[in-house]
Amino acid sequence: MGADGAFRLLGRPAPRTEAARLVAGGGAYTDDLDHPRQLHAAFLRSPHAHAMIAALDAGAARTMPGVAAVLTWDDLSGVVQPMETRHGAFPGLVSPLQYPLANGRVAYQGEPVALVLAASRAAAEDALEAIDVAYEPLPAAASAEAALDPGAPRAHPALPDNLCWAGEIAGGDVDGAFRDAALVVEETFRFTRHTGVTLEPRGLLAAFEPAAGTLDVRISHQQPHQLQTYLARLFRLPMTRVRVLTPDVGGGFGIKMHIHADEVAACAAAILLGRPVKFIADRLEAMAADVHAREHIVKARMAVDARGLITAFDVEDRHGLGAYSVYPRSSTMETVSAVRTIGAPYGMSAYRARMTAVFQNKSLTGQYRSVGHPIACTVTEVLVERAARARGEDVLSFRARNYTPVAALPLTNPAGVRLMDLSHAACLERLEALMDLPRLRQELADGRAAGRLLGLGFAAFVELTASGSEAYGMGDVAVAAMDTVTLALEPDGSVKGEASVSEIGQGIATTLARVVAEGIGLPAEQVRIFTGDTRSAPHGGGAWSSRGAAIGAEAAHGAARRLRAAILEAAAVLAQTVPDTLDIIDGAVVDASGQARFTLEELVQTALFRGYEFPEGRLPQLAVSHQYGRPQDRAIPTNGIQASLIEIDPGTGLVTCLNHWVVEDCGRLLNPLMVDEQIRGGVVQGIGEALFEACRYDADGQLLTGTLADYLLPMAGEMPDIAIAHVETPYSGSVLGAKGAGEAGTCAAAAAVLNAVNDALAPFGASIAETPVTPVMVLNALAQQAAA
Amino acid sequence: MKPAPFGYARPATIAEAVGLLAEGDGGARILAGGQSLMPMLNFRLSQPAILVDINRVAGGGIIIEDAEGTEIGPVVRHAELLRHCARGGHPLLAAALPLVAHAGVRNRGTVCGSLALADPAAEMPACAVALDARLKLVSSRGERWVAADDFFTGIYDTALAEDEMIAAVRYPPPAPGWRWTCTEFARRHGDFAIAGLAAGLGCDGADISAARLVAFGVGERPVRLADAEAALTGDGVDAAVRALDDVEILGSGEYPEAYRRTVIGTLLRRAVAGLCSRVAA
Repeated sequence: MGADGAFRLLGRPAPRTEAARLVAGGGAYTDDLDHPRQLHAAFLRSPHAHAMIAALDAGAARTMPGVAAVLTWDDLSGVVQPMETRHGAFPGLVSPLQYPLANGRVAYQGEPVALVLAASRAAAEDALEAIDVAYEPLPAAASAEAALDPGAPRAHPALPDNLCWAGEIAGGDVDGAFRDAALVVEETFRFTRHTGVTLEPRGLLAAFEPAAGTLDVRISHQQPHQLQTYLARLFRLPMTRVRVLTPDVGGGFGIKMHIHADEVAACAAAILLGRPVKFIADRLEAMAADVHAREHIVKARMAVDARGLITAFDVEDRHGLGAYSVYPRSSTMETVSAVRTIGAPYGMSAYRARMTAVFQNKSLTGQYRSVGHPIACTVTEVLVERAARARGEDVLSFRARNYTPVAALPLTNPAGVRLMDLSHAACLERLEALMDLPRLRQELADGRAAGRLLGLGFAAFVELTASGSEAYGMGDVAVAAMDTVTLALEPDGSVKGEASVSEIGQGIATTLARVVAEGIGLPAEQVRIFTGDTRSAPHGGGAWSSRGAAIGAEAAHGAARRLRAAILEAAAVLAQTVPDTLDIIDGAVVDASGQARFTLEELVQTALFRGYEFPEGRLPQLAVSHQYGRPQDRAIPTNGIQASLIEIDPGTGLVTCLNHWVVEDCGRLLNPLMVDEQIRGGVVQGIGEALFEACRYDADGQLLTGTLADYLLPMAGEMPDIAIAHVETPYSGSVLGAKGAGEAGTCAAAAAVLNAVNDALAPFGASIAETPVTPVMVLNALAQQAAA
Repeated sequence: MKPAPFGYARPATIAEAVGLLAEGDGGARILAGGQSLMPMLNFRLSQPAILVDINRVAGGGIIIEDAEGTEIGPVVRHAELLRHCARGGHPLLAAALPLVAHAGVRNRGTVCGSLALADPAAEMPACAVALDARLKLVSSRGERWVAADDFFTGIYDTALAEDEMIAAVRYPPPAPGWRWTCTEFARRHGDFAIAGLAAGLGCDGADISAARLVAFGVGERPVRLADAEAALTGDGVDAAVRALDDVEILGSGEYPEAYRRTVIGTLLRRAVAGLCSRVAA
């Protein structure tokens, strides 16, 4: 930061330091690591959604060439405990034990049943085929909708029913608002499951050193410290004897926040056998057994008064969370997140959401990019556009009237969401300019006159980012909301640092280095920040809830200012002056006249190698640490608005996304290049939600989309240009003022696309309230109107 | 996702290759481009005793263009035939080949491999039927030529005997006055077609005097739309689309029969409109 307070580096676009190496093939991902004594793991996974295991015979498999062991739960139970998800903020949470390998019963297709360790993955897979399991199938609880019906199959026979958790959030006079409403719009929304599909699948290389009693786990993961904590608990080891290290990580999206059963089983095998164990999930395993996300049925209604003001939302959410509440964070975080920000951009006087999360004999669901928010945004924004249409009003005018004005902030809305530092009106104004809306509307009218089925949809959003300690701390879940950066001067005057936030491909290490360089007064390339090793990085949160810039960068800034102060103090001692007269510019200490007095290299070498030159033994501290946890505000709200232009092919029902626009306010932009690319990637995942991606199961809990031929990922050829602009309203509660940005694209993209589809269908009196929108749904919607 | 153990042989001639097939006694599989076989091996859906890699058989990559049409060898890649057709080969193949998966798959995958696999949603089998292509099937017992229409017998099922391989396929030259196109519907470029159509029109000035229509992705094998062909020459495209109502079409979970029928109708209208708008050759 310059003397005038202006930033030299922050706010300017800068590519990732690691990008060239990774693009050139120089990455070292988990599967690139090998240990000379390692065994390869392969899991026998349940082909049934729900079954008792009457018998398991691995005798033949154990004698096959290259096979070191075939393990079941009976083998592991001596070294590891089953996982029990607890979260005190969800009173009444029902949480059956989840075993690393099935204990007599399987509760979802893909659940690990047995584990083969062999000299190669191929040999291990050969042995899987020789394991003989006698399953006795049980009725499968597949439908979330019918999960609590009388007589519904139970996902866990020992439980009285399939209810995992039920809760309510309410504020204001909901019934009164609906009684007095001039207009009520309502809809039942269906959101199909999808999953993260990280380019690099989950994987680990676990090694146990029996003499030292240390467990060393190299793993593709987002939260090394959380994993270290829970592995220590599960294996009853002191935390100092568990090291978790993340090499290059090829994407997370939330999938790698959790602790999967197979990961625990592989670590247990390493302890039992005393040999390193490598497990790399292949794509079949990933599709079946990575956590899924977002299976919801939401019944929602919105009340509007005679002036056209939204007065209330009343919502019922049914969340199908799968066989177990995911360990250790719980799947019910998704349930609450899916309703919490309904209506959040708008003034409303009353809000009620009733939530039920139910068990199913399906893969677990867990936190996935923009946790729950896309559900809340879609529900809100579809109802908003429907209300505007019912009133014969422009959808943006209706929004503008209902936005919470800046003057009303900060406030806590009836859903209990604390809102501050938002900019809805400014974002809308910026969007209209970005889109050149008058011209676009004319093109739309011309296209429609020519018979094209074009649709334009919008989605305003509030996203809660950078969660504070309340989210998990109040539930007694050991998830750090505080982050730490340590810095030390190297003898050449450069700075090395360790951060507790994680680099998972999003580029946060580059941004933190630039924050540090800014804070000290160094060229950016003079700072390197390392992440992902619990042995060297202080304990902290890793990568979740878009926390890197909002929390990690505050810690980095604090550490940088400490180190700067220490450098100036040391320089003042040597220069026989006072620190206030000195500054650091481009790696050199300068005096008030701007004259360079020392380079940092000279200063640090004096301290490290010739400490006697400091008078009276006043040796400086040139290694510092700073911890930052936000003392106020459960989360930092961000806001923005997205728009999507689509075209329907009336002959096939195919929806093509032609253009997409985003205006986002993530507070201070630390690195606009990376923010924009995070938003683009997020939008693509949102378009995937809206039009392509679906984990589909049949009525018996059999996964129908087990490969990437069936699970349609959005591909570059089908993606539109994505135009991005920003409004910057810094968060008022921190020094840098950055807010979370990594999930904003995903938050509202699906809602904008769905609204665009419904805009195109509106002239036909048809609408769709389910994602992904398929061509069959669209043709059916058009045909029903033709028939009517 | 690792294949079960298998043997491997890389013969230098087709004679050697079919000798290995005969020795394999049903347990041998031909490996050409591997774009379908390798995933099936990795999924362990296919567990052959021995793979007979024909990528280096003599003359396997040959493309012959003469008065009798186009003949291609057993390891001619989609990309190679596409380059050939783009320089003046058959217009149907030139239209269909870019629709085959993605460039990477076309670079390795072979046309004969696609025919041998007989995926009902693939472009090459439908084109072979539409063009009355003939396939040269060779075994150590001898060789025979089979018409494409007789070759495809069901889902992934063909007239190939266990000891036979496709040694060549021959496409007759385009007849004068005919125009050809291939069109398909998929949600993402490069996916297998939900429905597709290989279409040829014999045009006499502005009139359609003859038609050849073969649908794919809608049945157990390429589906000749004979009634629609007849309607097109007499009663026009509306009648041709109505004639689709009597075609047996297979639906699947996400894309039911009625939906695929609608899409084939759309493709038919668009193919005819596109071909009729072309300047006569």
